[in-house]
Amino acid sequence: MNAPAIRADGLTKRFGSRTALQDLTFQVGAGEVFGFLGPNGAGKTTTVRVLGTLVHPTSGSAEVAGVPVSRTTGPELRRRIAIMPEAPGLYLRLTVFDNLEYFAGLHGITRAAASGRIMAALETVGMAARANDMAGSLSKGLRQRAALARTLLSDPQVLFLDEPTSGLDPVATREVRELIEGLRSRGVTVFLTTHRLEEAERLCDRIAIMNRTLRIQGSPDELRRQLFSSAIEVATRGPIDDPNAVLGAVPGVTGWSGVGDGRYTVNVTDPVAVAPVLARAVVGSGADLLRLAEVRHSLEDVYLQLVQEDVEAEE
Amino acid sequence: MNLRVAAVLRKELREYRRNKFVVGTMITLPVIFLVIPIVNVLTIRPGTDVGAVKAVVGAANLTFFLVPLILPTVISGYAVIGEREQGTLEPVLSTPVLERELLLGKALAAVIPSIGIAYALFLAYSVAVRAVAIPEAVHLVWEPARFVGMALFAPLLSAFSIWVSLAISVRANDVRVAQQLSGLAMLPMIGLIALFTFSIVAPTVGVAFVGAAVLAVIDVAAWRVVSTMFDRERLLTRYGRSGPADWPSNRG
Repeated sequence: MNAPAIRADGLTKRFGSRTALQDLTFQVGAGEVFGFLGPNGAGKTTTVRVLGTLVHPTSGSAEVAGVPVSRTTGPELRRRIAIMPEAPGLYLRLTVFDNLEYFAGLHGITRAAASGRIMAALETVGMAARANDMAGSLSKGLRQRAALARTLLSDPQVLFLDEPTSGLDPVATREVRELIEGLRSRGVTVFLTTHRLEEAERLCDRIAIMNRTLRIQGSPDELRRQLFSSAIEVATRGPIDDPNAVLGAVPGVTGWSGVGDGRYTVNVTDPVAVAPVLARAVVGSGADLLRLAEVRHSLEDVYLQLVQEDVEAEE
Repeated sequence: MNLRVAAVLRKELREYRRNKFVVGTMITLPVIFLVIPIVNVLTIRPGTDVGAVKAVVGAANLTFFLVPLILPTVISGYAVIGEREQGTLEPVLSTPVLERELLLGKALAAVIPSIGIAYALFLAYSVAVRAVAIPEAVHLVWEPARFVGMALFAPLLSAFSIWVSLAISVRANDVRVAQQLSGLAMLPMIGLIALFTFSIVAPTVGVAFVGAAVLAVIDVAAWRVVSTMFDRERLLTRYGRSGPADWPSNRG
């Protein structure tokens, strides 16, 4: 991981008697796309607001873009970041250009300098031709893109995107994802909250799953390894005569189970090391080997496993 | 002017121009405020008792002081709650803009048109009275102290009105409730102005300057108080001011 662009240490936020976040500790490297996943009410938006100095933590500390999160450092921190909330938040009676000019002004950019930046930001999101359209006349996808253009005006070091594809159709979703990939290539650190697991898996270098507390964090592969034991799926033409003698005797195999006619799931310590030996053993037993592959768990499996654990813990 | 204040001012004026309710109110109310006092003063007949003339002119003059008090409350009801209702508040609060800059920009956007309208109405009224009304009424309306009073008090009353309205706007949850509460909050100030317009307190130039100085101090204090009341956390959630005890209380 690069030098941290975001660092949270024991971050806790309570609203009255309700705990929104509990003891969050994590780091996001500069230039990383970091996915923040969790069910509704898990505290994702509150985390973004705390890191953006919009709400103040009850305890713990954090640093974003090299600036400590505190009441006094708010303006300085907000100069270095941009936040795109779930709702685009455009002034519907103003044109796209006027909307962006306003926010450029709030960032202290002169009107003369703003014009070029606005058109460059609109070019980036493919909306330069719509600059003079009223924001109220835009589709939801275009509003989302205009809001994304707004976040680019200040050339932020860290960009917080709160559910950026929520409610968008597949085409608009793909366009927003391409924009996020474009930001990664520009070296912007992106903190992305999303419900869409395939989106997180595709876009994010590392992922954290939270449900008030941080449940797990790492790259998608690391999360799978942390939650699920490694396994190899074996398929043969017809059942193996004595599977225990064939599969169980291979070094590195910790267990196996039959899951159908000629199909087995073999738990192993190290799939890469065990797979060739296992293949030779199966073929050596006289069985016709049809397929041998590592069992891949999706991020959805990881997510559901964690959420299920939380549900069971609450019961 | 500070770039961020100018940006807020420009955006607010653009939005008001495209808001039919605001434009309609800014046109309709001044017309009513102009026509009624002119009709009242112009229909005073020669030989009317001096006390009665004073009462009619006093009521008419009071009307023109109501303009800078009431018009900003119509506009500023939208200032904070309106932003929250249309979901624009969070992106704005995510920028480096300071509370006092945001509020000052919003206040100027409400005060500037209100003052312009108030001056224009008073000028039109004074010219009409001089052209047509009886000499006793002209004498009362064209007292220098009344012009000095209008010149000084219109911006200061507007500012007072806007800070009260903004104070209510940052705490209220509904635009109409904010507008109604703001109107109610103006009543004590209207009572004070009535003392001068009805000549219960002699409206001299000296009194106008002293009153204006006091109001200016109140306005500056109100700006600071409202800036302190403006709590990002409370505006985005229903909670606020819950930082750790060791956090500095002064805010950017």
